[in-house]
Amino acid sequence: MFINNDVTKATTMQERHVVQPHEAGHPIILSTEDLHVFYGKKEALFEGDLQFGSNQITALIGPSGSGKSTYLRSLNRMNDRIATVTGKIMYRGVDINQPGIDVYEMRRRVGMVFQRPNPFAKSIYDNIAFALRLRGTTDKYALDEVVETSLKQAALWDQVKDDLNKSALALSGGQAQRLCIARAIAVKPDILLLDEPASALDPVSTSQLEDTLLDLKQHYTIIIVTHNMQQAARISEYTAFFNQGRVLEYDTTSQIFTNPQVQVTSDYVSGNFG
Amino acid sequence: MNSKRQNKIAIGALYGIAGLVVLILLALLGYILASGVPQLSWHFLTAPAKAFLKGGGVGVQLFNSFYLLILAMAISFPIALGAAIYLYEYARDNWVTTTIRTAIEILSSLPSVVVGLFGFLFFVVKLRLGFSILSGAFALTFFNLPLLTRSIEDSLRTINLEQREGGLALGLSRWETVTRVILPAAVPSILTGVILSAGRVFGEAAALIYTAGQSAPALNFADWNPFNISSPLNPMRPAETLAVHIWKINSEGIMPDAKAISSGSSAVLIIAILLFNFTARYVGKRLYKRLTSA
Ligand SMILES: Nc1ncnc2c1ncn2[C@@H]1O[C@H](COP(=O)(O)OP(=O)(O)OP(=O)(O)O)[C@@H](O)[C@H]1O
Ligand SMILES: [Mg+2]
Repeated sequence: MFINNDVTKATTMQERHVVQPHEAGHPIILSTEDLHVFYGKKEALFEGDLQFGSNQITALIGPSGSGKSTYLRSLNRMNDRIATVTGKIMYRGVDINQPGIDVYEMRRRVGMVFQRPNPFAKSIYDNIAFALRLRGTTDKYALDEVVETSLKQAALWDQVKDDLNKSALALSGGQAQRLCIARAIAVKPDILLLDEPASALDPVSTSQLEDTLLDLKQHYTIIIVTHNMQQAARISEYTAFFNQGRVLEYDTTSQIFTNPQVQVTSDYVSGNFG
Repeated sequence: MNSKRQNKIAIGALYGIAGLVVLILLALLGYILASGVPQLSWHFLTAPAKAFLKGGGVGVQLFNSFYLLILAMAISFPIALGAAIYLYEYARDNWVTTTIRTAIEILSSLPSVVVGLFGFLFFVVKLRLGFSILSGAFALTFFNLPLLTRSIEDSLRTINLEQREGGLALGLSRWETVTRVILPAAVPSILTGVILSAGRVFGEAAALIYTAGQSAPALNFADWNPFNISSPLNPMRPAETLAVHIWKINSEGIMPDAKAISSGSSAVLIIAILLFNFTARYVGKRLYKRLTSA
């Protein structure tokens, strides 16, 4: 187990400690610069500039209300009508937080999976295929192919391959969440944002989902919000610790869990928070 | 008195009230059907009415009722759907939407006589549409629009927010999300609302007395050219509906069998409305099942 209960003994603690990823073979694909998020007048996020290496899993952890979802939802501009987001969000060298950006196209590159599984009231097949049809893919074989590979990548194919025309609303929670992953990757994104995707699932489904995410890492950059310390420790390379609208610490996951540099992080990961 | 006893008494009282309501309803239905059903015959349902003689039917009125219903629905449904989508899916909560909502609320609580008089002054007199199907259909639209809008808005509200976010997160526009994700999921409940409001429109009399008129000129059911005066489809002809017919016979009917005709018409009306209600439940359930289960 990564979690070390003695971390509080560490030497001199810092107020804030951020080490951006810089590994060869994992160029930065997404980063935020001077990001601020306001809900009305209330500033919910003000010091949270992170960089994300491609094909890596980054975990966002922190207490409730610390701004993790706020940050994550800003990345694909799901907060557009809800909050005011200032600053830059650089995706492959382009600031996607500017007015001229085609948000719809951008969201197909930066996909998202939510806390509660939200399959559409359609068949399993159509859940995946319909967004593609809307964008002009009408060839049956091409669609079949995407549906199959997406479901396979999401590790759901074997369970549903004979029931593709059944309603997706009949799936179990874990299956539904995989379908949502399959649906998100069917439009061929680079980046997957997941907001507590396992919090509504049982332990077995959760561990299957973690395996799936580890597999998906080959093809996608994954940013996941989680309240589950073990989960963050098991699957992520980098971890950011959020607290009261700021990122207090960002470093490799093993550093965060075994040798945190900030007292609050240390308290949080060792369960002595508050 | 302990809480268990209290609970029992409360439940007993609630059962009593519910039972009473059901009993009143059954008594009413029973009376109307018992006195009306014996009058029903093929002749009664198809023959035109007679003003002075025995043996008239309600064929024309029945046709008028359905024709008006379809026209009113054809006008009000698209408007209500658009309004509901705008209000629930697009508009932010500000003074504009608050004003619209208040207007809808007031409109939906207007007595239908008032709607009828407004229809008379505006459509019949001002726009010179006369006592006609068209005037009646517009009046019914006014009567129906607020309730239908609210019922569709309620249907949209039953589809949870995650569905919308799911659509947007796939790169769908708001419009695509609404039309491809939300509306299909809301269809069963929207349809139920539409059919139920159809029942109310079908039974409406007060809004029609001064708009669609109180006379039912004989129709030539072989002539389907809407421009001919005796064609059933002509939207400019006066058209007494079944509900108006009942009111008319009871207030000034001079045919010898007025009582029998009124009973028969009431039975037809009640049966039609019951049918609307049962269809609504059945269709809604079936559609929901088809969408959600295997
Ligand atoms: N739609 C909103 N409108 C107004 N304030 C909001 C909204 N969403 C979040 N907030 C506020 O912003 C702050 C950060 O919330 P956020 O949802 O990002 O926290 P979180 O870290 O995701 O918490 P949790 O772990 O509970 O999901 C909180 O104080 C919250 O009350
Ligand atoms: Mg959250």
